[in-house]
Amino acid sequence: MTARVRGGESWRSLRVAAWLGWQIESNWTDPFLFAVYSVVKPVAGALILVFMYLVVARGGLENPLFPYIFVGNAFYIYVSGVLLGVSWAVIDDREHYGMLKYMYAAPLNIYTYLLGRGTAKTAISTVATTITLLFGVGALGIRIPPGQVDWGLLAGALVLGLAALAFMGLLLGGATLLTARHNYFIGQGVAGALYLLSGVVFPLDVLPAPLQAVGKGLPVTYWLEALRRSVLGDGGNEALRSLSTGTVILILALSTVVLAVASVLFFRWAERIAHRRGLIDMQTMH
Amino acid sequence: MSLRAETGTFLRTVWGRAYPRVVGMQREKSWMLFDVFLPLLQVAAYVYIYRAIGAPPEFTGFVVLGGAMTAYWMNILWSMASQLYWEKETGNLELYIIAPTSRMAILLGMAVGGIFATTIRAVGVLVAGILVFRVPMAPTSVPALIGVFLLTLVALYGLGMLMASLFLLWGRQAWQLADLLQEPVFLVSGFYFPVRALGFLVALGASIVPITLGLDAMRQLLYPEMMEGFKFLPVGIELGTLAVLGAAFLFFAHRALRYFEDLAKREGRLTLRGQ
Repeated sequence: MTARVRGGESWRSLRVAAWLGWQIESNWTDPFLFAVYSVVKPVAGALILVFMYLVVARGGLENPLFPYIFVGNAFYIYVSGVLLGVSWAVIDDREHYGMLKYMYAAPLNIYTYLLGRGTAKTAISTVATTITLLFGVGALGIRIPPGQVDWGLLAGALVLGLAALAFMGLLLGGATLLTARHNYFIGQGVAGALYLLSGVVFPLDVLPAPLQAVGKGLPVTYWLEALRRSVLGDGGNEALRSLSTGTVILILALSTVVLAVASVLFFRWAERIAHRRGLIDMQTMH
Repeated sequence: MSLRAETGTFLRTVWGRAYPRVVGMQREKSWMLFDVFLPLLQVAAYVYIYRAIGAPPEFTGFVVLGGAMTAYWMNILWSMASQLYWEKETGNLELYIIAPTSRMAILLGMAVGGIFATTIRAVGVLVAGILVFRVPMAPTSVPALIGVFLLTLVALYGLGMLMASLFLLWGRQAWQLADLLQEPVFLVSGFYFPVRALGFLVALGASIVPITLGLDAMRQLLYPEMMEGFKFLPVGIELGTLAVLGAAFLFFAHRALRYFEDLAKREGRLTLRGQ
């Protein structure tokens, strides 16, 4: 097969999977209810943090920590959306719909197919993140003047971070191929660990030193640091203040490349093992 | 069938449906690890938020207690309310319908098994939270605390049985609705902060979810001084309301199960999969 044919097949897999993912995510109800559903969850999640803050601060939202918490939480919506969107597709297709074996029997690229399935969740996460941020600006008075936002940095960091998350999702997808459906817990565990260790809703400096060191090794930490610098003008982490914005982006870019290579290699290895052990059509209905 | 035989069948059904949930904890030990570990990650993040903004140590207790109670709400959503949807998807629901037993006994068995399995997880989260974050706890009345907790569970699982009946009609909407009822309920029921912070009327509305009243009462009994400025209702009123809610939910669950089963049969939804 030529590289051109292979490229066309990958693109078609991505495009069709994105459409399929969108249908699965959205066609269970009418568009209005789906829009409400997509907005209520993230806004409620953000409001939990707002009220936690207000109960202690007794009304004062001027503390710079508040925008730090709010913006970090808003962008974290992507983490669970993209990460679990990609890896959950394996469980959904294999165990719920029983279609994964047909995917392997069809002329498609399973790697780009899974990335495509995550695209729908990424689109929904984009809407939810945007609405959460607008809610923060409009209702809670968080100052994000459009003229002061570094749009170039925001776009660059967003693309790199989303790519890194998608590759992490593929790593989890590979692990999911080899395990029973309770691997869902592993996805949740990874998302939860990132929430705790990446300085999403509190500065890394608050964590005990060993956990802080782990946090400094995670790409999501640098992604959020870059996003906060672009939106708020300050990353808010004393532990990362000595790094220039260029260095933060460089670390994020390098870790994305490492994740891309690792996810391709690991997923291929997991596929080979899954074929050999007959796990492609495994049903673990417990 | 005589009353004695009917009672025997009812109790055997309760045990039969509770058994997989009880024994499942032994068969899949990794679940236990994740069930304790995952809520603990969320709890830890919220504890560090409170520490970052300089909250008093009692707030760590609020979060740990709320984090432990999330296990029950998740169990209600995913293993009670959505259960008949799962059974439909896996082809078991037809077997329930043709089984010569009470459907209420099946729901009760789900609740009993769920309470057992979830209590182990909740205790795990509570103990781990107390040990890791050194949470101060000094209950003013242990019997009252146990009473509030038990009444909360009765009312909560009554609500779960009612929701299971309602969810019988739905396909994928059941999954989405259960998903939707997570964060918004964590918010309005005050899982991670005193519910009074939302205002009296919102707290009153949220009291339809028994955990709202249960958490507020338990926090009052554990941290009376700190809760002085945050309490929603006196503990006695919260106890009485929980008892009424429990009885009402069980009654309506019984009625709703019969009604929605008939409706689902007429509309041909009982055996419809992959909607």
